[in-house]
Amino acid sequence: MIVFMNQIKSWQYPLRIASILVVSLLCGCFSNLAREANVLQIGNGAEVQELDPHIVSGVTEHRVLSALFEGLTDCDSTTLEPLPAAAKAWEVSPDGLFYRFILRESAQWSNGDPVTARDFVYAWKRILSPALASEYAYMLYCLENGRDFNEGRISDFSAVGVKAEDDLTLAVTLERPTPYFLAMQNHFAWYPVHRATIEKHGRMDERGTQWTRPGEMVSNGPFLLHSWLPNELLSVRKNPRYWDAASVQLSGIDYHPIDNLQTEDRAFRSGLIQLTSTIPLQRVEGYRKKNPAVLNLLPYYGSYFYRINVTRPPFDQQAVRKAFALSLDREELVTNVLKGGETAAFSYVPPGAGDYSCSYPLSFDVEEARRLLASAGYPQGKGFPTVDILYNTSESHRIVAETIQRMWRENLGVEVRLLNQDWKVYLSALNTLDYDLARSAWIGDVADPVNFLECFQSDVGNNRTGWSSEDYDRLLEEAYTSSDEVKRLALLEEAEKLLLEECPVIPIYFYTWKFLKAPELQGIAPNILGYIRWKDLFLAEEKG
Amino acid sequence: MGIFILKRLAEFIPVLLAIVTLTFFLVRLAPGGPFDTEKRVSPEVLAQLEAHYDMDKPLHRQYFQYLKGLVRLDFGPSYKKPARTVGQWLLLRLPVSIELGLYGLLFALGLGLSAGILASFKPNSLLDHSVMTIAMMGICIPAFVLGPVLVLVFALWTDWLPVMGWISPAHKILPSITLGAGYAAYIARMARGGMLETLVQDFIRTARAKGMKESRVILRHGLRSGIQPVVAFLGPAVAGLLTGSFVVETIFVVPGLGREFVESAFNRDYTMISGAVLVYALLVMSLNLLSDIALAVLDPRIREQ
Repeated sequence: MIVFMNQIKSWQYPLRIASILVVSLLCGCFSNLAREANVLQIGNGAEVQELDPHIVSGVTEHRVLSALFEGLTDCDSTTLEPLPAAAKAWEVSPDGLFYRFILRESAQWSNGDPVTARDFVYAWKRILSPALASEYAYMLYCLENGRDFNEGRISDFSAVGVKAEDDLTLAVTLERPTPYFLAMQNHFAWYPVHRATIEKHGRMDERGTQWTRPGEMVSNGPFLLHSWLPNELLSVRKNPRYWDAASVQLSGIDYHPIDNLQTEDRAFRSGLIQLTSTIPLQRVEGYRKKNPAVLNLLPYYGSYFYRINVTRPPFDQQAVRKAFALSLDREELVTNVLKGGETAAFSYVPPGAGDYSCSYPLSFDVEEARRLLASAGYPQGKGFPTVDILYNTSESHRIVAETIQRMWRENLGVEVRLLNQDWKVYLSALNTLDYDLARSAWIGDVADPVNFLECFQSDVGNNRTGWSSEDYDRLLEEAYTSSDEVKRLALLEEAEKLLLEECPVIPIYFYTWKFLKAPELQGIAPNILGYIRWKDLFLAEEKG
Repeated sequence: MGIFILKRLAEFIPVLLAIVTLTFFLVRLAPGGPFDTEKRVSPEVLAQLEAHYDMDKPLHRQYFQYLKGLVRLDFGPSYKKPARTVGQWLLLRLPVSIELGLYGLLFALGLGLSAGILASFKPNSLLDHSVMTIAMMGICIPAFVLGPVLVLVFALWTDWLPVMGWISPAHKILPSITLGAGYAAYIARMARGGMLETLVQDFIRTARAKGMKESRVILRHGLRSGIQPVVAFLGPAVAGLLTGSFVVETIFVVPGLGREFVESAFNRDYTMISGAVLVYALLVMSLNLLSDIALAVLDPRIREQ
């Protein structure tokens, strides 16, 4: 009996805990209800590392900065054609080397100062300053002398091709014709910054000063920075001083930094967020069957491929590389293994950018592949040395590598091993050419094939295959200087043909822009760059 | 006692110095650097970046410069998250991890002790077996399974609690339970074992023979000796709760130090790794010291030694 009494007493603990739980639970229900009206909630992948447009380099940062800042032009989110933004009009010289932008009188910074041509000159000087060490400064190498200034060969910025003719006129001279120059202006590297704000917190070329903090930051886009709790939430709210504020429909955007895909998926299912940054591979099938209305799989300007180290035997032989490239059943890979709407890649440059297409694609031709391998001295794969597929540790890369390993075993009779490494070790192996075959990817910064093809020029850091070809370099140089668009694309196509013939890369599939979107969210247009024009978005239930 | 604590504190300095030195050189030995990315930066920009962060100087000079900074409590700039210095990041993250660890600990102690003591009243009864079976399950189920299951039940099916985040008290319930569950199970088993051992001892029989109320026998005499294994376990457990919160922080998007630490290692953010290691080392050492002091307070035999 006494023991029984004691049992009751010890039960009081759990009872107390339970009552605390119930109380906090009620608080939780209320806190969920208190969501601000007409504010879009989105998952934004990894944490934003910095909000200085001249320091950052990632997609997550781009998503925030494109709401906060505005460049000379913006992009139509369907056609990706340039639209007037901070500049209301522009003229281009016939040779495509000279641009004159007329800025909008009504464009203001969020503190009320006018946005002037001098702000752009200041910003471009800042990103090109060697001491700032911006990773994206190369975007501005198309400016006359931009590269020389950035790499310290000249120190006088007045030699760089950008001038403020007056407060509202900006004159730009390019090093060479750049057909995507206007479309590039909505990239963060080109955004203007507010000089007084930057210099209030430090030198022009100082990294990591306080100017990007809420309350300090001055920006010129449709939204302004409201709060930034690192790894918790970043909020932007409508900028009442924005020149086109009348057409901005959202009151704000809350960016939730959720780097775990499963957590982001659960956050979407619970209604916490209305837009995700991606979808876990294994969930796509489930959404397709049960809730296709929220599932979005759109073509994306990204290519997934294997790099080949051409400096190591047996891959120093073109025939071996080509045999490996021809013996992959890419359709099977995308339909039965990936299942995320990806498309099989028979060329290296993804389709969808303007009029460019590759008319000499690879094929799936096992007979030809076997013949090539035999001609290189390995009939039915006999005597072929063991080689490794290197990939950075990730579930989806492993699945792809396993499938490809099986295809090469079945189709060529060769045995490859899988080797996974931590991201930085993998990058280091790539940079030092310490690999045989390596998983790789390229996502286009601008919708132009040259962005993909220039990676494989001989002297370029992104090459990482040891492959070089004078013909290839010459074709790209000719394309750079050509102001005839049809001829330029033909030259680029010729270069890609050469690349596919030589096979320092094995194209595998083209990416999709995968995301989940709540039905009430409207205004996201399909485009190959995955560009979201925040001022076009609206929440249907709250609008009506 | 005072001398004992002072001696232990003096030991901290060489140990921390060794940890700082090892970390400083080991992270730099690992392949890859903070500025390696898929889209490779040009050699010129890389040189600019290294010059900006004084990484172009000889390694031994960088090391002494870092040590000099540490003396002034300056942990250096973060290479990958330049918006704040490492010191500012640590100040921002550590309290969250401590808060999460504290709630996890409270949950573990509350549930573990009550379950363990409850089970020890009637050894080998149905109650004992069911409590211990649940405890065994608690030990076996890892956080990356328990967390999503709890979210599924309490957030997605019933909509009682938020799926993720660290804002209101409601947000903190599931992460704390997920973190504390494994430890609760250990504590339950230890408390049961300790109590069973104690309750058969002579001083308990004497207390009972003197006609003391059973509740007093257990709470005053039994518990004091019975929870000693739990107290000894608390030092490492608290350290584990504080440093091992990476999985829970990732599942529930909690802005704690665990995530920062693992991310910094992946990013080769050298200064951030060193800073986090230093903070963790200091935490583990202080907690072990505290746990030793607590044991000495509880047990006169240890005090005399």
